[in-house]
Amino acid sequence: MMQNDTLYDKVWRSHSVHERDDGMTLLYIDRHLVHEVTSPQAFEGLRIAGRAPWRTDSILATADHNVPTTDRSQGIEDPISRRQVDTLDDNCRHFSITQFPMLDVRQGIVHVIGPEQGASLPGMTIVCGDSHTSTHGALGALAFGIGTSEVEHVLATQCLLLKKSKNMQIRVEGSLPPGVTSKDIILAVIGQLGTAGATGYTAEYSGAAIRALSVEGRMTMCNMSIEAGARAGMIAVDDTTLEYVAGRPFAPRGALWDQALAYWRTLHSDAGAQFDAVVQLDAGELKPQVTWGTSPEMVTDIDGVVPQDDSLDHRNALHYMGLQPGTPIEAIEVDKVFIGSCTNSRIEDLREAAGLIRDRSVAANVKLAMVVPGSGLVKRQAEEEGLDRIFKSAGFEWREPGCSMCLGMNADQLGPGERCASTSNRNFEGRQGKGGRTHLVSPVMAVGAALHGHFVDVRKWMS
Amino acid sequence: MKPFTRLKTTLLPLDRSHVDTDAIIPQQYLKSVKRTGFGKYLFDNWRYLDPGTLDTDPGQRRTDPDFVLNHEAYAGAEVLLVRENFGCGSSREHAVWSLLDYGFRAVIASSFADIFCSNSYKNGLLPITLQAGEVDELFDQVAKDPAYACTLDLEEQVVRDGNDRIFSFEISAFHKHCLLNGYDEIDITLQHEDKIRAYEDRMKQTRPWLFP
Repeated sequence: MMQNDTLYDKVWRSHSVHERDDGMTLLYIDRHLVHEVTSPQAFEGLRIAGRAPWRTDSILATADHNVPTTDRSQGIEDPISRRQVDTLDDNCRHFSITQFPMLDVRQGIVHVIGPEQGASLPGMTIVCGDSHTSTHGALGALAFGIGTSEVEHVLATQCLLLKKSKNMQIRVEGSLPPGVTSKDIILAVIGQLGTAGATGYTAEYSGAAIRALSVEGRMTMCNMSIEAGARAGMIAVDDTTLEYVAGRPFAPRGALWDQALAYWRTLHSDAGAQFDAVVQLDAGELKPQVTWGTSPEMVTDIDGVVPQDDSLDHRNALHYMGLQPGTPIEAIEVDKVFIGSCTNSRIEDLREAAGLIRDRSVAANVKLAMVVPGSGLVKRQAEEEGLDRIFKSAGFEWREPGCSMCLGMNADQLGPGERCASTSNRNFEGRQGKGGRTHLVSPVMAVGAALHGHFVDVRKWMS
Repeated sequence: MKPFTRLKTTLLPLDRSHVDTDAIIPQQYLKSVKRTGFGKYLFDNWRYLDPGTLDTDPGQRRTDPDFVLNHEAYAGAEVLLVRENFGCGSSREHAVWSLLDYGFRAVIASSFADIFCSNSYKNGLLPITLQAGEVDELFDQVAKDPAYACTLDLEEQVVRDGNDRIFSFEISAFHKHCLLNGYDEIDITLQHEDKIRAYEDRMKQTRPWLFP
């Protein structure tokens, strides 16, 4: 009967509560992740309308955007940030919602802690008022970002009214060369598709190179789906997925685990599945990627140069970035290095980054190199493995978990004109601070830039 | 939500593609816990020369005379005219709130990002997608004459200028219906409360691990 479905088709259909005549579907939401920035107005709307959350046990909340990454024992210094975090605390108390508050070891970036806790599971529909919710699709879930009105809608009804997207297959065959990571695959995909290339689609990543990735690496891929315009990115469930999920605090156990497993094993696109668009890449041909402009699609190989193009967008970008066409990427010096964000702050990212240091130190021209683990548990794990000592002895700062300099809502920001090698997801104007210049790279490429003071080809150290 | 039916207005041209929501409203203003008051921070990094926070008085800040929002000729326009992929990036609904609070009721672009579009519908901001060539034509008209005005008619799904040049646009029947009437989607969904409960009952049987 259903042998021609994509993974997206399957998860979508199994959550359809009602299909309207006008093409809209009432879609049931299994997991609602909440953070302090996009929820206060939704909770306020709920209170004004005299409504209560439909299903509080579907909600997991944490504060991640505003939290300081330095000493937290005295609370949050900035009164406006503090008010927003206090508002989340109040709302969670008032509505009896599970929250990992700032001083809980389980606190962290919402897209790191969902999978880490087993709160994000295969086959689920997962939403959060945050565009990087696509991250959780790495587990074979349908996960996407929503606005605050939709946060209120899910709180009030456990559903969303949506139109189904088209299906896009992004197939990556071959195997990654040493020094090239999942971050480089997704940056290359965005470079090929453009930032609007997948608008209106749900992207499924498949192929030998994707199957060979850890769940952490898959999360990096799905995380940046939105940077190509796709609201959701997904990856089929396989043994790697199931091994990752097993034993996590919110994951099912015993007989429920067996029952879930039988269902989860069906979560892949059928052999005859039809995609509306197909994109193919050969992982073996990829090189480390570096963005040079103010949109993630403005990306090139580490051995490339800043390209020449006379379009208005291109000229605006180079003016903002303070770069000239023809400049070799390796000649670009950096002032700061940021290793963190929901894209690249998991234990595997930190292991790979630390592994490149080998007794070297941060270059003299680098004013700040910081590592911000994605969660308190990632931080603890890294410390147990001694990674913090490797970073600190090389001159990196070792911080507390949160979104940090990915968007600079806390004190971690770029100053005007400062140039940063960043493992985050957006190089937009002003993203890391007004006038700040962001170059997106993988964790190993960020370490390379920190140790040399400019971008370097890490393949030279990893072959 | 305020219904959107018909609107006659001038247009404010912002000649950029891929305008992201970080540019529409920068991160420091997302610390507000309110839905209102964001208009004065719209396009903050382009509009002002010095940095601002929720605490600083925008009246005391230096504006960039080169930025189109600061051009007197376009004051009072209720439609923003931009190019492709408007509203990409972050899901922050503050972007829509800031456009509405500033006084825009609609945005005309050759394409929009998905989440921005969805946020617009829920707040009564009309996103109008026209062909790239039609957007070019509007940019030309507005550059020649800042007083160039159009009527946006949602019922008929057209943009019509004073010379009877007509641009038609598509919109889903559902979103058109909600915008024309100012309907709240939560009320519409709650009409199906029994179906949601029935779905949950089925899932408790077939996928009990989702209901611990």
